[in-house]
Formats: sequence, structure tokens, C-alpha cells
Amino acid sequence: MKTKKVVGLFIAIFMVLFAVVGCSQQESSSKDEKENKENAASSKEPVELLNVSYDPTRELYQEFNKEFASYWKEETGQEVTIQQSHGGSGKQGRAVIDGLEADVVTLALAYDIDEIANKAGILSTDWQKRLEDNSTPYTSTIVFLVRKGNPKNIQDWDDLIREDVSVITPNPKTSGGARWNYLAAWAYASKQFNGEEDKIKDFMKSLYKNVEVLDSGARDSTNTFVQREIGDVLIAWENEAFLSINELGEDKFEIVNPSISILAEPPVAVVDKNAEKKGTTEVAEAYLKYLYTEKGQEIAAKNYYRPRNQEVLKKYADQFPEIEFVTVDEDFGGWQKAQETHFNDGGTFDEIYLP
Amino acid sequence: MAGNVPIQFSTVPQKQPAGTSDPKWVQWLLITIALAFLGLFLFLPLITVFIQAFAKGVNVYIEAITNPEALSAIKLTILVALIAIPLNAIFGIASAWAITKFQFRGKNILITLIDLPFAVSPVIAGLVFILLFGSRGLFGEWLFDNDIKIVFAVPGIVLATIFVTFPFVSRELIPLMQAQGTAEEEASITLGASGWKTFWYVTLPNIKWALLYGMILCNARAIGEFGAVSVVSGHIRGLTNTMPLHIEILYGEYQFAAAFAVASLMSLMAIFTLIIKSFLEWKAKKQISTEI
Repeated sequence: MKTKKVVGLFIAIFMVLFAVVGCSQQESSSKDEKENKENAASSKEPVELLNVSYDPTRELYQEFNKEFASYWKEETGQEVTIQQSHGGSGKQGRAVIDGLEADVVTLALAYDIDEIANKAGILSTDWQKRLEDNSTPYTSTIVFLVRKGNPKNIQDWDDLIREDVSVITPNPKTSGGARWNYLAAWAYASKQFNGEEDKIKDFMKSLYKNVEVLDSGARDSTNTFVQREIGDVLIAWENEAFLSINELGEDKFEIVNPSISILAEPPVAVVDKNAEKKGTTEVAEAYLKYLYTEKGQEIAAKNYYRPRNQEVLKKYADQFPEIEFVTVDEDFGGWQKAQETHFNDGGTFDEIYLP
Repeated sequence: MAGNVPIQFSTVPQKQPAGTSDPKWVQWLLITIALAFLGLFLFLPLITVFIQAFAKGVNVYIEAITNPEALSAIKLTILVALIAIPLNAIFGIASAWAITKFQFRGKNILITLIDLPFAVSPVIAGLVFILLFGSRGLFGEWLFDNDIKIVFAVPGIVLATIFVTFPFVSRELIPLMQAQGTAEEEASITLGASGWKTFWYVTLPNIKWALLYGMILCNARAIGEFGAVSVVSGHIRGLTNTMPLHIEILYGEYQFAAAFAVASLMSLMAIFTLIIKSFLEWKAKKQISTEI
């Protein structure tokens, strides 16, 4: 008799399992139906966009997506939902190459989008010429975040190689932000030593000797510095530094602007083949163009990205002090070359970094 | 069922002979060390999770676990577990049955292969699926042309979860079925029962507790899996984030209270699973003693 009971119990469990799975599928199919009905009512079918981005843009795009969705609805009557995916820039680019069907990519540096164009061939290699300002609607730069009162008196890059200073920056092999950090430091040393490569490398060597934790992504480094309270100075995106101060208390940290830094240009692009397949080319292009409008620029500035629009920049001038900038294109010969000289296997980073 | 042989359960703790010859103070020292260790490495972190979860009040907690992204993560996690567990139960029974009741070549290789997911890092498990189903992978082009999404979508997450959890059921069943031998099945067949009837009335009742136990372990792992799922998920919010991934995202966004709120929910699921496990063990033990 007992056996029968047990068999019954088993059947019951399986039936419940399948019923639940079945239900949830039914639920989703009835949802589809509902959506279809709604489509019939409005003139155009609702669309979904997938924006594959890097770590620190989470807050920016959360706000921007809402704004764009209501703009697009007003303009065309079409519903648009934008899905976000965030992670380290290189990792995200890799995922798009492997088949993550992004309609638009908004990554930390042009190199990662170049890789998508070269390796997967799903957008044309001249993508960066399609939109204004090198397809970068907003810029940022690299600054220092130090503990309140600046106890180690850190003012410029040469303070970072002092023996009593402990530095936090992510790994340039994996993090886009870290590559900007590296190049900014390099630019400073290059100016100090008039481009003498041995001396620059010595400088970089002592700088990375002071790095206490080499995380894999920019947000991880911020957490190491802010949450785990390790290190005296965090080399960070300007927007990330502002965000840490706002989220975690003005009484804990302050920002130090170095004498020279790099103009970080995080670019955006439509991934043609994915958008064509999903039929979203038009809305994807409009989405990126909207970043350049006054509204879009305002949202960027509010989220601590330096807007391209001069008027909006003026409005937020207090937030963004003028710093002497070098650029990757002028001072490092573009990202392809910078990547090759500094970050690929056997590049300068491998030479100067001894863990 | 007369003539039933007492069954040795690998998973059911046997009664230990009480009292050793060790002096009292050794016993107390060992007990203290064990408790201190448990407290420091288990209870304290667990309590911290709950304290942090409610650090910003009950409203933040409720908001954190009812917001659409969290709900979709919870739903996805449960869905994945519900697909993975029955499939693994079927595979587990089939493989354990094949290994313990039949003789064939390459049996040892099969046993080793079943253990592979335990030995391989989950990250590699995830990457394997990218290499197979990614757009530059083996089936990538065909999948793209036919508009089938596997990686960076729910099917990929289910596949990765099945991969990392599939040894659990068979690992529970194999030692038990080996210990039981084939005598009862042989008797059943000799008495004229069909193979299916033999399985249903002889084998299944003998292995039921171990099977349930394996499924529970499988469930625990399926819900908590991070590495493999992280590789194939694509991290699309509200679509392909499971609970562990959602917690990481919230933590990265400085929403510590919300992260811990979802974490506390996962801890509750784990505790609930453990309670079911203990209940099953107790039941199994009781049944064995009455059968004897």
C-alpha cells in the first residue's frame, strides 16, 4: 500500500511542477495576446530596444530612456521600451560579438566598438563618422577621488608615486575606464619628461607599484575604495567620482583635479545588422540622435557627464572645472594604436606592471 | 512487505554509539570550537544579511522585492529551477539505473563524465555554451538565420543551470542503488512483472528518499548558481537576470539595502529548502525503523 502512496506523491509533485511551468508560459502567451491587441489599436507596433552599455552609465540611461520613450510616443505614437545591460566595457563588447542582440551599443571607448565591427562584422567599420563629435555625445575625464580633507595631500599625478600613497585603479586589460586612467597618467609623465620613454616607464612602474587592488572593472574599484575603504586615492571617471560622493556622503570624499588629464570619449553606435533583423533601425538611430538634443545633453550633465553642447556645459560650469586635456586621437594616435602599444600582450603595461 | 532488507542510506545519519572514552573537557572544547566556528562563519553573516536588508526600513525592503525587475528575477529563477529539477530527476534515474543495474563497457567513463560539472568551473560551463550557440559559435549562423536565441536569453540560462546541477540526483542514487543490488528486481521479473512495473513498484519505492534529497540539492544549486549563468545571461534587466545576478547589480548600484533585501529572500529560500531536507531525512528514518 505504501508504494502506491509514494508513487502518488511523485505524480502529484511532477504534476504541480509542470502545472506551474505551464501556467507561467500561459501567462506570458496571454500577455502577448494582450500586447497584440494593443498594437491593433495604435498605429504602430510597440518596439523594444536593447542598449548594451558599460558600468557607470546605469543611472544616466535609466533617466534618458524614460525621457526618450515619452518623446518617441509623442512624435510617432509608437511605444518603445528600452532594455539595459551593463558590465565592463570590454566584456559587454565581447558579449555583442558572441551574439547578444544589441540594437545600440554605448561603450566606454571606441576600441570596443571597433572590435565588434572587425570581429563580428555586424556594423560598418566607419561607424564613428556617422554621428557628430566622433559619435560621442558626452565626454568625461579622469580625476582623483580622495578621502575627506585629503589627508595624504594628493594634488597631482606625481603624488601618486610617493611611497606612502596607496592607489586604487582597475586592470587596463579588462576595464575600459582603467585604460583611460593609464593613458592620462602616461600623458602627464610624457609632459614631465618631454617624451623620454624610459623615464615615463619608470614613472608608470612606480605608480602601478602603489596600486593596492587591481579590480577588473571601474565599478569594482569604486566599491573597493568606497565600501571596503582600501587605498588613499581612487583614479576614477569624473562621473563615477561625483556619483560616489552623492550616493555615499559628501562628508566622506572629495574630488581632486589633476593638472593634466585625458578627454574620455565614450562613443555610441547602432549595431546595423541586429537592428535590421529586428526592424528597429529607425528608432535606434533616433535614440542616439536624441542624446545630442538639449534635453539629452541636460540629462547627461545631470548625471555628471560633460555635455558637448556648449550652452548646457556653461550652465553646469561649476560642476565641470576646466582641466588641460590630451586626447587619444592627437596624443596617442587613435585607439587601435594605443591598444597595440600599451595594452595588448607585450605592450607597455605588461612591461611596467609587476604583480 | 515482508522480508524487506534493512536499507543503508548514504544520506540518512545513523545513530552514533553514545559516549566515547575522551575526557569531558575534550568534548566541551570540541563542542565550543564547533559552535564558535558556526557562529562566526554561518550565523553572523546570515544575521548581517537580514540586518542590512532592513537597514533602511520595511518600506525599502518591500519596494526592493516587489519592484518589476526584482519580480522578474525571482520568476526567472523559479522557472529555471522548475525546468532543471524534473529534467535532472529523469536523467539521474536513467543514468543511475543504467550504471547500477546493467553491465556494459565504458561504465567507469560514464560515471566520471557525470561528475564533470562538479570538477569544471561554472564559468567554463558558461563559456562552452557561448562557444556552441554564440553567434560565432558552432551553431551560431544557423541559429541567427532561423531567429532562435539560446545564449543571452532564457534557454541559455536553463541549459547552463542544467549543466551545473546534473550530477546531484545521480550522485545520490548511484551509491544507494549499488548497495541495494539487483536481487529485488530479479525477483520481481521472475514473478512475472514487466520491466515498467518492476521499476514503478520495486525500484522507485526503494530510492524515493534519495531521489527527493537529490532533487532538493539540485534545487538549491539551481537557485544559487551565479558563474555559469552570469556568462550566458547578457544581463538584460527584467529579462535575463536571475536573483543572484540581480543582487550583484543592485550592489553595484549602491543600493545596498535593496541588494540585501533580495539576498535575504534567497537566504529564506535556502533555509526553507533545508527544512524540507531535514523533514525528509526524519521521515525516511522513521519509515526505515518501522519497516525493520
